[in-house]
Amino acid sequence: MSAFSILILLFALAAIGYVLGRGRAMKSAGGSIRALHSLPHYYGWNVALFTLVPALALLALWLVVQPAWIDAQVAKTLPQGALDDGAYSLMISDVRRLADGLDRAVAKGAIAPDVANSISGDIRAQLGAAGVALGAEVKPEVLIAAQEMRRLGQVGDMWRSVAVVALAVLGLLFGLRMINRDFRARNTVERAVLALLIGAALIAILTTLGIVLSMLFETRHFFAQYPAFDFFFSTKWAPNFRGGSDLGILPLLWGTLYISFIALLVAVPIGLFAAIYMSEYAGPKARTFIKPLIEVLAGIPTIVYGLFALLTVGPLLRDYFAQPMGLGESASSVMTAGLVMGVMLIPFVSSLSDDIINAVPQAMRDGSLALGSTHSETIRKVVLPAALPGVVGAILLAASRAIGETMIVVMGAGAAAKMDLNPFEAMTTVTVKIVSQLTGDTDFAAPETLVAFALGLTLFVITLGLNVVALVIVRKYREQYE
Amino acid sequence: MSRPKTSLYTTSARTKKRNAAERRFRAYGLFAVGLAMAALAMLLTSIFSSGSGAFQQTYITLDVELPEAKLDKSGTRDMAVMKKVSTFGYAPLITKALMAKLEEMGIETPLKKKQIGALVSKAAPAKLRDFVLANPDVIGTTQRFEFLASGRIDGYMKGRVTHESAERDGKISPEQLDLVDALVADGAIVKRFNWAFFTSPDASGQRPESAGLGVAILGSLYMMLVVLVLALPIGVGASIYLEEFAPKNRWTDIIEVNISNLAAVPSIVFGILGLTIFINFAGLPQSAPIVGGLVLTLMTLPTIVISTRAALKAVPPSIREAALGIGASKMQTVFHHVLPLAAPGILTGTIIGMARALGETAPLLLIGMVAFVKEFPAAPLEGLFDPASALPVQVYNWTQRADPGFVERASGAIITLLLFLVIMNVAAVLLRRRFERRW
Repeated sequence: MSAFSILILLFALAAIGYVLGRGRAMKSAGGSIRALHSLPHYYGWNVALFTLVPALALLALWLVVQPAWIDAQVAKTLPQGALDDGAYSLMISDVRRLADGLDRAVAKGAIAPDVANSISGDIRAQLGAAGVALGAEVKPEVLIAAQEMRRLGQVGDMWRSVAVVALAVLGLLFGLRMINRDFRARNTVERAVLALLIGAALIAILTTLGIVLSMLFETRHFFAQYPAFDFFFSTKWAPNFRGGSDLGILPLLWGTLYISFIALLVAVPIGLFAAIYMSEYAGPKARTFIKPLIEVLAGIPTIVYGLFALLTVGPLLRDYFAQPMGLGESASSVMTAGLVMGVMLIPFVSSLSDDIINAVPQAMRDGSLALGSTHSETIRKVVLPAALPGVVGAILLAASRAIGETMIVVMGAGAAAKMDLNPFEAMTTVTVKIVSQLTGDTDFAAPETLVAFALGLTLFVITLGLNVVALVIVRKYREQYE
Repeated sequence: MSRPKTSLYTTSARTKKRNAAERRFRAYGLFAVGLAMAALAMLLTSIFSSGSGAFQQTYITLDVELPEAKLDKSGTRDMAVMKKVSTFGYAPLITKALMAKLEEMGIETPLKKKQIGALVSKAAPAKLRDFVLANPDVIGTTQRFEFLASGRIDGYMKGRVTHESAERDGKISPEQLDLVDALVADGAIVKRFNWAFFTSPDASGQRPESAGLGVAILGSLYMMLVVLVLALPIGVGASIYLEEFAPKNRWTDIIEVNISNLAAVPSIVFGILGLTIFINFAGLPQSAPIVGGLVLTLMTLPTIVISTRAALKAVPPSIREAALGIGASKMQTVFHHVLPLAAPGILTGTIIGMARALGETAPLLLIGMVAFVKEFPAAPLEGLFDPASALPVQVYNWTQRADPGFVERASGAIITLLLFLVIMNVAAVLLRRRFERRW
């Protein structure tokens, strides 16, 4: 029985348990709800939970443990001694592929199920005739191991079905036995629900943990093959899959920071002035019209901005600025990506600044106006200084967005890693290189692929740092006026 | 002591200066808003003007003779024999039909046979072959077919290709375009709405005219399904715990900080997570919607949690107190009273989070969704594990191809994507308007 059909069976059992539990509770109360401690459906749920939870836990455990156990058993049948780690894992994956191929051949009906585990001879030709392509020549010991793997897998699957279903039935009976009119079913069910809710909240932590651990793990592999000092301080980026690569992060960081700088140069003044206009000058009517329109910019997917950079902005800048001024021939450039990214960031700066400017107490404005200053003087000398920490936080948040942005730079900035001051030159960023090193054919043992994880971790640390600082500033600032 | 004489009736130079500064400052603000609007307008115009062509397609109608001698040498309609005739066997039939058409119209042309055949898409022979194999009875007859015109001809009909550009183009010549003009006048070449753009799968780099969004739309739909099924219950569960049950201590603080930080983690990092955990560690297949859906779920969770918590917070405490007062348990209070009242806010947040997930590209690149996928995935749940594409990734994919026809397709795909986003956002706004309650 496959794991999926076991699952369906379990749910059916739970449904039966629900009906039985509910009925038993009603019977024990003599048909009168008022004699029960909890509402009848809680008794039903209680039995269903007793049926499901232990059985599901066992199923999950089994799904994790069985493959590892089978691998260990199969490894014993393989010839010992000469195999080092790399060759061993290759062989195990060969075995797995062959076992998988046999499975598929059986599923297609090309090989009878009872023959598959004793078949011998030129297995590759036989499977090929059945439409299952295998890569290399199959060694006899691999074939034996694969058949052993299948045999163990079938035995394990059978026992899994038996054990899980038996546990479910036991849980059902146990749950039913507990029911009587004084049993506090609601409390049990509510505790289970609370556990579910806590589990949901913990997923956020698990995600962060997953991100950090997965990148740390691979980054350690990378630094085992490539010196950390060169990674952080070399100014040359020249990956070469035949070995002897230079993987210095500095040119990538330079491109990232340069593009982000230009983007902020666009986004901060426009966003800030737009926020000032919206919160201080615009009437309520204009505000309800302008604010959503600017926020549309934040809702547009970054791929759209990328296409915009590629189709319109890039050629425009090249034809009207770069070529006439003799600054470059490339449509993808730091300027292209920076300008487009700047447009994308406008709403990030403006919405947050708008909120923060609105949070400045009206009394401060009134005081300044009463002293005779004009509206703009009030804004410049009273409102903005008061809102400054919050605005700085908004800018930091925008900067962290800019540094982590991927699609715009992939499509607009180019792929050449260099450190140049000319903004019309194509340069590249950390995110672009993560994409290019991890797409296509990747070899997870080569430093040229693993470097992407070190880049990712660097990016994560930088953006996380910026975010934390920004959040602390914004929070501190908000408290000031509450 | 001589003080400058001032009067309340005349404005002093200083006041004038200050008032001018005031007007300037205000103008800066207006200018900034204008710039933002102009950027938005420019973005949309650029995408729409280059993409609107994708919704039209040029077709060419031909009467194709299907001779038995070429297509079925056995004469017995034996499938095994018929299948031996590849698309290379069918292509000359189409060219012949086109030449017959030109002869019928009385057009003399200096063009070679091959150049005339190039007017029809490279996808046409495959279509003809599929049709013949599905209906073996038509062999020996003459049938009327509507084929796709080739990408360059399609471009000519939409104004992308002109006689001048054809001079410099190795794939098309002005003489061929003259032929097209004649065929258009005759009514054999027509341009009409391109339904196939939404239903057909991607095509190879040689034939932009037959590339469509079918697989991408289906893949995106599957991923949204996964996101909805996973992110909504998990997000709502987490929010309920944090908002209604969690004690204020260091643990819940850590969880809260965590969620707000997750919202700001660059999307590409989620792609790395998907690659290492879901594909390399858990062994899920590459390019599968399930992996994309899981990654997008993790990305959408913070959005849903933040909006759900706001919605729960907006339910006044009096509701909770009333429920508790008449003897409901804490759990009953939350699930029977607070949650239903917060539902519109939660749904709005979910739709907005899903709209953001729909447009997300970078993480999907890392989990292999850039691969060229021509086969439609099966129906769920099985289909969730089949390779598929996604709308934004398809756009990226097309921009990487050389033929200019794909630029138009990419922009068209963007318009389709934006249309979906607009629908989702409008739904969210309407939902909020319709059900929003203020206490």
